[in-house]
Amino acid sequence: MRDNNLPANGGKGLAARGTGRGEGRIAVATEAVCADTFPKLLMRNARLFAGRPAYRHKDLGIWQVWTWAQVLDEVRAFSVGLQELGLARNDKVAIIGSNRPRLYWAMCAAQALGGVPVPIYADSVAEEMAYILDHAEVTIAVVEDQEQVDKLLSIVERLPRLVLIVYDEPRGLRDYDHQRLKWIDDVQKVGRDRLSAGAGRLQRWEAAVAAGRGEDLAVMLYTSGTTGRPKGVMLTFDNLIVSAINGNRFDSLGPDEEVVAYLPLAWVGDHVFSYAQPFTAGFCVNCPESPETVSEDRREIGTTYAFAPPRIYENLITLTMVRMEDAGRFKRHMFHYFLAVARRWGEKILNREKVPLHARLLYWFGERLMYGPLKNRLGVSRIRLAYTAGEAIGPEIFRFWRALGVNLKQLYGQTEASVYITAQPDGEIYADTVGRPNIGVDIKIDDNGEVLFKSPGVFAGYYKDPEKTAETKTPDGWVHTGDAGLIDTKSGHLKIIDRAKDVGRLNDGSLLAPKYIENKLKFYPNIREAVVYGDKRDFVCAMLNIDLTAVGNWAERNNIVYGSYQELAGHPQVYDMLAEHVEEVNRSLADEGMAGAQIRRFLVLHKELDADDGEITRTQKVRRAFVAQRYAPLIAALYGGAREADISTEVTFEDGRKGMLSARVKIRDVQTMPVPTMEKAA
Amino acid sequence: MRAPSGRDIAAGEALLAVENVSLAFGGVKAISDVSFDIRRGEIRAIIGPNGAGKTSLLNVINGFYQPQRGRITFKGRPRSAMRPYEAALGGIARTFQNVALFKGMTALDNIMAGRALKMRRGFFWQLLWIGPALAEEIEQRRRVEEIIDFLKIQHVRKIQVGKLPYGLQKRVELGRALAMEPDLLLLDEPMAGMNLEEKEDMSRFILDVNAYYGTTIALIEHDMGVVMDLSDRVLVLDHGVKIADGVPAEVQSNQAVIDAYLGLSH
Repeated sequence: MRDNNLPANGGKGLAARGTGRGEGRIAVATEAVCADTFPKLLMRNARLFAGRPAYRHKDLGIWQVWTWAQVLDEVRAFSVGLQELGLARNDKVAIIGSNRPRLYWAMCAAQALGGVPVPIYADSVAEEMAYILDHAEVTIAVVEDQEQVDKLLSIVERLPRLVLIVYDEPRGLRDYDHQRLKWIDDVQKVGRDRLSAGAGRLQRWEAAVAAGRGEDLAVMLYTSGTTGRPKGVMLTFDNLIVSAINGNRFDSLGPDEEVVAYLPLAWVGDHVFSYAQPFTAGFCVNCPESPETVSEDRREIGTTYAFAPPRIYENLITLTMVRMEDAGRFKRHMFHYFLAVARRWGEKILNREKVPLHARLLYWFGERLMYGPLKNRLGVSRIRLAYTAGEAIGPEIFRFWRALGVNLKQLYGQTEASVYITAQPDGEIYADTVGRPNIGVDIKIDDNGEVLFKSPGVFAGYYKDPEKTAETKTPDGWVHTGDAGLIDTKSGHLKIIDRAKDVGRLNDGSLLAPKYIENKLKFYPNIREAVVYGDKRDFVCAMLNIDLTAVGNWAERNNIVYGSYQELAGHPQVYDMLAEHVEEVNRSLADEGMAGAQIRRFLVLHKELDADDGEITRTQKVRRAFVAQRYAPLIAALYGGAREADISTEVTFEDGRKGMLSARVKIRDVQTMPVPTMEKAA
Repeated sequence: MRAPSGRDIAAGEALLAVENVSLAFGGVKAISDVSFDIRRGEIRAIIGPNGAGKTSLLNVINGFYQPQRGRITFKGRPRSAMRPYEAALGGIARTFQNVALFKGMTALDNIMAGRALKMRRGFFWQLLWIGPALAEEIEQRRRVEEIIDFLKIQHVRKIQVGKLPYGLQKRVELGRALAMEPDLLLLDEPMAGMNLEEKEDMSRFILDVNAYYGTTIALIEHDMGVVMDLSDRVLVLDHGVKIADGVPAEVQSNQAVIDAYLGLSH
């Protein structure tokens, strides 16, 4: 097989890229049918792609590489070690930490024995973890380092089922009581010793892998959910593997892709893009050195395929814009000139539309002088395909990336669907749609506007919660997404307006899609977060969070002195600036026939909305109702007509301690465009 | 979480003993007749109000000042007058109250500078940068990378330290001191000017250094919460005179200390 001729990847594993792309894919397609679990896929990949890189991890400043054959060896040793330490079929194994190869391998090691990995958000506080660990009946936890071990030890008393904690990074843990604590290396050593002792141990392990079935439970992902306790979404191997293969086919993903794994392990997005897809397609997963070095690592690797929530794309643009403000006049001028060229022609060129020659020439110069260097800096020079999902992306942000020549596309998915519901095929890209149903997916729109889907990825159910399962999944297999949407008549694509339950009406009957307005506001680099209210009220009000990077930079340039976030947020000139933004949003709402939903009053919050305080979810979605409850005095003041209001809230610090934060928040009125009477009648 | 090794310290040998040391600048008595010891493996705090002579004491320990009177024993050998360079060779490293890094150099190069005393090859070999000199550099770089990993500063490895936020500069400075693989690490106000989160990070690093590398640490710090949590024993100075010495709980309840320092705002 051609793949075997590839170099065996020393330190410079980046050089190893196969040419037999087509062959590989055919082989993958046929073999995937019999490899119906991840451990089976691993064994297949170890044969098919033996010498090709499977995982890279930057350690001590150098990229370390493991080939698929080496990964099989590591996973097998780990798996046998876990078995010796008591892991049995259907045991739940918590995985807590950042994206490190050995945590991904832990998932596979558990699955090989019929264990079920339960990834948990690493930045959860101990209390949140305790709930999931208890609810999922976790017996073994594989964690990254001392920080996570300490968290678990602080709640271990309440978790009688948890018998073993395995850690990846030994620093600081040497003097801990090791009765229920093991280093991965030691677990693997146990496994290796058993395997080398012979006595059919290897065959027994392989038999255990072979006993796995596609319909078995593969993973449980707890969704952070905007309301209530997290729910454990149960996904089978069939769900994940069929979805991943369909996803690979939809975008022609082969074994040559390079991805950087940096999203939370507990998010279905990461599970599919950094685990299911690489296992099915055979491409390489690159784990960053630390969460802070992701952008640098991405640059070094040159990812070809990326997936990120809109916020990441937004932040990169904000950062670029802020840095450009500090650049010299010549560079700034050039940047803005070519940005205008890109905005005008870039997307058309990317979509292979007809473009006049002079535009092509200008864009070519732009690519050499600005887009190329900028993309290189952002680490997207080699990118073939980038997805945004999780939330609606601002059209301007979306177009910015496409104008630069980055094939950014939208995708609509859910944990309950093993990600894929709809996606935009190449050449059919619109800023305001989320695309067509993926391969094997059916969608329909309910009478109340809610989107329903049916697909091979439909989850098995919520763990220990048949009631919620029945609420979400109809007996004939349709799943309620909870999102309101419509099919765009022109493109045939699905459009998501808002959460179905969030779409409201003002007292005068005007339609209000809060998220739609919030996204408009959040497009301004100065606004980090926006929460809009108005359902069953007389008019619309907004609470805003400033973006400290952008506004701080602006303050510096305008000689505005501030001592804290709170002071900057309350600064009158900041209010003036944001008032302008809000008025612009009002104008655009009026233009789009939503004049009734214009914002009349707004305020700037004295603190950032924070996941530790439960104000946003771990996936950065605002929990509107909770925020309203928490800031009730402010809402009352917004609608009561007061000029300012006092607020006192409890905040949770990073170490889990709590404190009180009080402030006096000012409220601003803003101009609205006149509401056409015709509109009201409609 | 303290390493259990902390509990053996009571019986541990003295790494450094200071006996009846006095230091004066002209008529100003900075330190008067102070005696104390630092035991191998412990975290020793030196506290006191402003102007109590804490930094002067550190400067005496690392040979920057020569005391007029008294005796210093380091690693069991009485020490004659020495220069900071010799103290560094002897295994004493320190950080400064005001960050004293090479601002124009990267974090990596700053920490590499801390390895200078470990380099065996001479100037010309290093200039040629081939064969043994290169091999040595690779080995030193690996050690430095371990420290970078230890202090979690991978993301600023190649950034000029002058551009870094204060908390990170402090961490790089700690890294440079660690690169010397010291027997005794002197930290002069490692947490001055830091916010709560940075202080917590730094506290954890200090404990980790102590537990992981087994380094003996003497630190000056104003944040009482930090001092009481971190240190095995605390020495209290006031106007150059030792007024208390003992485990944190003892010192905290000592009336002289409360009067001089803890109880009074300044």
